[in-house]
Amino acid sequence: MYEYDVIVVGAGGAGLRAAIAAQEAGADVAMVTKLHPVRSHTGAAEGGINAALREGDDWELHAYDTMKGADYLADAPAAEALTQESPEEVIQLEHWGMAFSRDDDGRVSQRPFGGLSFPRTTYAGAETGHHLLHTLYEQVVKRGIDVFDEWYVLNLAVSDEERPEDRTCHGVVAYETATGNVEAFTARDGVILATGGLGQVYDHTTNAVANTGDGVAMAYRAGVPAEDMEMIQFHPTTLPSTGVLISEGVRGEGGILYNDEGERFMFEHGYAKNDGELASRDVVSRAELTEVNEGRGIEDEYVHLDMRHLGEERILDRLENILHLAEDFEGVDGLEEPMPVKPGQHYAMGGIETDEFGRTCVDGLYAVGECACASVHGSNRLGGNALPELIVFGKRAGRHAGGEDLGDPRIPVGRTGEVEPGDVETPVELGEPWGAAAVADGGAAAEAAEAVVERTLERERERIDRLLERDEGTQHADIRAAVQRTMTENVNVFREESALKEALVDIHAARQRYRDVYVADPSSTYNTDLIQTIETRNLLDIAEMITVGALAREEFRGAHWRKQYQERRDDEWLKHTMVSWSDGSPELWYKPVVLEGEAGAYEPKERSY
Amino acid sequence: MSTQRPETETETESAETDAEAAEGTPKERRLDEKRRRAEERERKRVEEAERVAADAERYHLKVFRYDPEVAGKQEPRFDDFHVPYETGMTVLDALIYARDEFDASLTFRHSCRQAICGSDALFINGRQRLGCQTQLSDLDQPVRIEPLPHQEVVKDLVVDMEHFYDQMESVEPYFQTTDRPDGELEEQRQSRENREKIKTSTRCIWCGACMSSCNIAAGDNEYLGPAAINKAYRFAMDEREGEEMKQRRLEIVEEEHGVWRCQTQFSCTEVCPKDIPLTEHIQELKREAVKSNLKFW
Repeated sequence: MYEYDVIVVGAGGAGLRAAIAAQEAGADVAMVTKLHPVRSHTGAAEGGINAALREGDDWELHAYDTMKGADYLADAPAAEALTQESPEEVIQLEHWGMAFSRDDDGRVSQRPFGGLSFPRTTYAGAETGHHLLHTLYEQVVKRGIDVFDEWYVLNLAVSDEERPEDRTCHGVVAYETATGNVEAFTARDGVILATGGLGQVYDHTTNAVANTGDGVAMAYRAGVPAEDMEMIQFHPTTLPSTGVLISEGVRGEGGILYNDEGERFMFEHGYAKNDGELASRDVVSRAELTEVNEGRGIEDEYVHLDMRHLGEERILDRLENILHLAEDFEGVDGLEEPMPVKPGQHYAMGGIETDEFGRTCVDGLYAVGECACASVHGSNRLGGNALPELIVFGKRAGRHAGGEDLGDPRIPVGRTGEVEPGDVETPVELGEPWGAAAVADGGAAAEAAEAVVERTLERERERIDRLLERDEGTQHADIRAAVQRTMTENVNVFREESALKEALVDIHAARQRYRDVYVADPSSTYNTDLIQTIETRNLLDIAEMITVGALAREEFRGAHWRKQYQERRDDEWLKHTMVSWSDGSPELWYKPVVLEGEAGAYEPKERSY
Repeated sequence: MSTQRPETETETESAETDAEAAEGTPKERRLDEKRRRAEERERKRVEEAERVAADAERYHLKVFRYDPEVAGKQEPRFDDFHVPYETGMTVLDALIYARDEFDASLTFRHSCRQAICGSDALFINGRQRLGCQTQLSDLDQPVRIEPLPHQEVVKDLVVDMEHFYDQMESVEPYFQTTDRPDGELEEQRQSRENREKIKTSTRCIWCGACMSSCNIAAGDNEYLGPAAINKAYRFAMDEREGEEMKQRRLEIVEEEHGVWRCQTQFSCTEVCPKDIPLTEHIQELKREAVKSNLKFW
């Protein structure tokens, strides 16, 4: 049994920043991560960090761009926190030594990015995330914060009250990969989930293999609602064979998209007459797929991204990493040829519902970074807005959990504010069958913190034993592949009702098969088979939440395109889709978007680029 | 390859475990039965592998296997996998295929698949490489895949990285400056030239390939090694830290098991998947140390 004030789960950008902030607030902190911190997927971020640093720019412009980019599904207090605090956070990173690209006068460089009204994307070559991750980890090393690396968190230790809003999170239970030990970590003041993305629910994704949505699934089963899960961002420039990301920085620096007929289709086919390649990501992704679907794609699959005209010097200075990626993963020399690109799953804009301090409706449980939904990205995240989210909200949650008073939140969480019940017609029974018990079933009497942690520890030990002892059945890889296939085919950039329903049928079938899942590897030494089996269960929950949300939202907003509904319908759909665990199946409800901010109210307007 | 494999130790331990299990609890008996069936499946898998071996469209992998806990794997061995080939397939893709289709217990680290997380450094056809960055078509068959040499093997292709991390953390791997700008929102200035100078050194992904390729590190466990020295270089050469701190950093790399141990064999530079000129960086620190008149051995 380990005991700390604050436990941070996950050690990417958000987790590391949260740990530093919690320690600075006086807390005794530990990080528990299934990888080693420097292996986290933040390292793969390329483009940059948006921050209004320069004369002529200010946080209000950045906030406006963010709200517009989000197609008005973002909450203004969160978007304003992001844009107000990102300048100091970016400068803080510089003070911690981060190797930003520089202008001639020695100041940090900024460049244009899609959907921004000012070139405010600060960057370090085309490997900004790598530098950010390592810089933050260096600070964690400096501060001597305890890191439990290659420990996989299995579950949250949450008390058992009937209403999630009455529950408290007292810690986590984790599995030590190297030895197979299952241990409890008690958190006196708070658990901060920073578990990152969920892209492994798709088979064509920029996300790492480790991005299996564990935090979202755990919080969901502990009673915390998931918000706007249908809002999945597809990045317009990923390499066709692997899903490896080609940074938006390429278009920011002036890269051009061509179809098979050599047309600069963003302009010539009228997808974005003003901004062309620098329209926001949802617009460019749809344009590319429309070109392919109308027979103007290359090899019926992709389009070309050309950066040759930028010149070798500029490419080597600002986009060198892109040359290596195109060469290593597609065999293309970006100095000599255009690069093949197509849209791929990239980012989850929804996630665990939090307020602007990262708090969930369960006392003592926080979520930050991609696993959380504060919500700053709404239905379309602007490029360069993910990294400031990690550091701004990581810091806020860390400080709050560490005991600082940050005032009253303006974004309501849980079913305490104004809510509206939801309903959706599905072809199959959702959720069940499960087999295993829920995390928090409700109804039990109030328990002492220790008892909650002990009970969770026992349950998780039993779960691991059960999985290990089982001797035959279905392997997780088959189930995972089936889910990834149906999500990519049916819940992608373009969404149709029949396809969404088909996906639900497939997910239901995958659940049935998961009842028979077994772990072939009997070893307790580095049993990745076991960990992937548990991750696969999380993916099932995540796939279902995304698909149910997509089926329910009968409108076209941001990244969410529906064949029958080709318009944004503010009168009915200017609201967040919420999904709550209800005896194992997802229960839908809605809460209003908060459009009132410090800079006034953000009035929804037509989005044109 | 002659590296430290914990063979003898684990054999003794496992003999005890087996004896306990035979008369153990029902759970242990069930696990024992499970292991027996796992062996049976393993036999079938080998037969299947032999059957498909003749298929020319398949790539032949020879993969190192070892598990201190599983009977039959306690004695290190190589397993053969025959993986159907597709254009663009990497060593990591082939390993994932082998694991998902043939043997779920095949164990290796991997995550990003794009040469940035640094977790799948392996010894492939006699050289340290990242599995995800290595095209199968560039390799002679059979493709021999082993864990990084000179590191303790935990299981199959997974090695213990603790020593590597300790060395990295021993060089005070964090920015230290006294020269903070006045304004809250003012950054420190850094010239483009200076950033260019440290650029390649900042690319290290901590994969451990260089350390594993280094003969000196293999013979001297205390040698800082190329990655840690490169980390020191990254800060020592950063003009923002100032002269005083640079001297301190030079003292760290100049200690007995520091830069002077390097014998300029270039193996670290050859295997670095991020093309960091590690040997050059080590030599440059030696020169800097001489220039600043510090003591040396």
